[in-house]
Amino acid sequence: MRAWVILAALWAQPVLAQTPPAQPVGTDQEAGSAPAPEPVHDRAADRFYPAAQMAAAEHWMMQGEVPSRFQAYRLDLAEARIGKGADGYHLEGEAWTGNLHRLVLRVRAEGDWGQRLEQGEIQAAYAYALGPWWSLQAGVRRDVGVEAQRSHAMIGLEGLSPYRFDILALGFVSDKGVVSARVEASIDERLTRRIVLQPRAELVALAQDDRQARLGAGLSSIEAGLRIRYEITRKFAPYAGVNWGWSFGGTADYARMDGKPAAQRSFVLGVRSWY
Amino acid sequence: MKHDMPPMIDRRSLLRGAGGVALAGTAMPAWAKSGGLPAPQQELSGEKITLIVAEREVPIDGRMTRAVTINGSVPAPLLRLREGQDLQLTVVNQLSEPTSIHWHGLLLPFYMDGVPGVSFPGIPAGGSFTYHFPIRQSGTYWYHSHSGLQELLGAYGPIVIEPAAPAAEPMREHVIMLSDHSFTHPKRILNNLKADPGYYNRQPQTTLDLIKGRGQSLRERIEWGAMRMDPADIADVTGAVLHYLVNGHSAAQNWTGLFAAGEAVKLRFINGAGMSFFNIRIPDLPMTIHAADGEPVQPLEVDEFQIAPGETYDVVLRPENRAYTIVAESMDRSGMARATLAPAMGISAPVPPLRPRPLLTMKDMGMDHGAGGMKGMKMRDGSIAPQVKLGPGVDMISAMPMDRSGDPGIGLSGLDHRVLTYRDLVALAPNPDPRAPERELEVHLTGSMERYMWSMDGKVMSEAHEGIPMRRGERLRMTMINDTMMAHPIHLHGHYFELVTGHGDRSPRKHTAVVQPGGRLSFDLTAQDGDWAFHCHLFLHMAMGMMRVVKVRAA
Repeated sequence: MRAWVILAALWAQPVLAQTPPAQPVGTDQEAGSAPAPEPVHDRAADRFYPAAQMAAAEHWMMQGEVPSRFQAYRLDLAEARIGKGADGYHLEGEAWTGNLHRLVLRVRAEGDWGQRLEQGEIQAAYAYALGPWWSLQAGVRRDVGVEAQRSHAMIGLEGLSPYRFDILALGFVSDKGVVSARVEASIDERLTRRIVLQPRAELVALAQDDRQARLGAGLSSIEAGLRIRYEITRKFAPYAGVNWGWSFGGTADYARMDGKPAAQRSFVLGVRSWY
Repeated sequence: MKHDMPPMIDRRSLLRGAGGVALAGTAMPAWAKSGGLPAPQQELSGEKITLIVAEREVPIDGRMTRAVTINGSVPAPLLRLREGQDLQLTVVNQLSEPTSIHWHGLLLPFYMDGVPGVSFPGIPAGGSFTYHFPIRQSGTYWYHSHSGLQELLGAYGPIVIEPAAPAAEPMREHVIMLSDHSFTHPKRILNNLKADPGYYNRQPQTTLDLIKGRGQSLRERIEWGAMRMDPADIADVTGAVLHYLVNGHSAAQNWTGLFAAGEAVKLRFINGAGMSFFNIRIPDLPMTIHAADGEPVQPLEVDEFQIAPGETYDVVLRPENRAYTIVAESMDRSGMARATLAPAMGISAPVPPLRPRPLLTMKDMGMDHGAGGMKGMKMRDGSIAPQVKLGPGVDMISAMPMDRSGDPGIGLSGLDHRVLTYRDLVALAPNPDPRAPERELEVHLTGSMERYMWSMDGKVMSEAHEGIPMRRGERLRMTMINDTMMAHPIHLHGHYFELVTGHGDRSPRKHTAVVQPGGRLSFDLTAQDGDWAFHCHLFLHMAMGMMRVVKVRAA
């Protein structure tokens, strides 16, 4: 049937009849299956220029021309905490350098205004990229401040989870042999182009009691926060919010013994910045 | 060969070059001046030309900025050449670092192509180099530094080559060189992107959009969130930091090209931007495309076209006796370059507002948009691309990369006017090499948005090190598969390739072609002797490693 239609069309259209049969030409043709040539290891330009100059230029082009090490610092939280009792402050930040793999320095500090630093820690880690979203973090942590001064070995993961949560999950072994873990998660929800709502949670658990540090075994504490920031620039955003903290089990017992509340709620005012 | 010799500058070309410098108290070469004022230094021609690369302060968009200039200006002088002529170009490097000039789109011996470490050793600080090659083609091209980030700092200029047989009646023409300039150093831009890959996207999807019913539905947002992909990520570097320019003029400075009533006007569009695609349209005035990347095509009337970094298009217009606005909107709609075509200086036409920022779709992820198409598809299935090294630098493998040569480019689908697609282009003359390709070579364009890494086949150039081998004279089909959600303009030095778009021996010939996100694009080429750079023409992508050296040797 189709052949008849084509024949009729050819008869009716002498112009069409003159065109060659539909043999594919040019790029309409299928590609053959010739094998790829062997890899080439020399530089063609060495035939025209001194090989040493070409080698140096090639090295510069491959390695040196464009920066391959980057760095930034970020203060995720730099806030005043206003609640019952004394008002305090809280800081969390990090600096890094590198590219795919990075050296990371993290700082946390917490205390009451006018008092000595209550809880502080410094972490130094090597962040080894495992995949497009996760890095393995290995390093050390040193606690400073009036509470127990410990050193820890630490290992963990940092990355972006499905649904775009920023995750930092670290495990520690202290110089007293106490095993603990801390998991932080946050997500940025852009309400408008400049206003960002950030729910944030942190969970601490210990395998053993650490009496000196006033931390009990098992689930030790949970913090949850809700912060809303206004990005004056992407790199400088004041925020306000609420932060809740709950202690559990042994940690809550220690808190009560020390005359501190096992649960706290504070309003926070701070600035998020990076550069 | 001519490397490292003392600069052999004849007096005339020195004067010509220096003339450009002297004039550039204004730092604008005369060819780029509004109104196209004639001046002897407007353009450089002849067989001997000298270009001086130097760092200096120039005004851009009304503000002084440190730039890498050529003969003192941004953009650089227009080189007006003639097909068949011989050309000796001496480039003097007055920078404190090595430089180079690459002749984008010109067919020449590989050792004159101007890529340091690939085609020649580069031009050392304080040194000079004389390029020497015959001009074998005609059309619209451009030149730029191929060293470090110098192109992003201003080292680019247009090339117009007249055909060997001049047209009987020359048409009024203007060069429209599009570019983007930042007062922030590109190194800082790169660092910002490494720290926050979405840093320059100031038009993200918001909760407010959701409430107002704009953009993606909640379900789509959750799906995209699950995949850690951002549909609003259209451009890495945007109008938040870039000033979009026409011939060095900002939209406010309104570069104006003149015409006489009743005459046809040819516009030679060149996208010399480091990081920006542009959507080009002239409200109320259809454009007839006559050439793409310097090669004549069958005249085609359109209302809009997208131009990628590295591409050129010649269009012919038949304006009425009134002013028109040339709108060059950045693909992510974060800003625009604009110029005016008018019968006299001082008149202009309305400037349309920026259209809303488009969103990426499942198609841009290399997934079927059809009903239930996503089901069972994996985001990052290495088994379908065994040649890709599936490391931290690869966040996606296109599950179903479609031929997207029939797409007009991000954000231009479904408009109610005619928008150019690659598939619409048909070469004016039969292709010079109609042979069937002997083999096919697949190259995957890969990247990781969160890490701001860009590569081919999962390896950055320094990691792969080894080039892509080809046999001299072989006919080869290259199929580029885009495993990222960004469009990449891929440029092969020293070659024209014919796009495989169903036009047989009249396939459009290009030197730079966009591979749409999640899609594929095939082209056939005849391998030319030597080592050639092959890379994404978004300069930061190239700098990050989306580049290879094509090594062509005798079989």
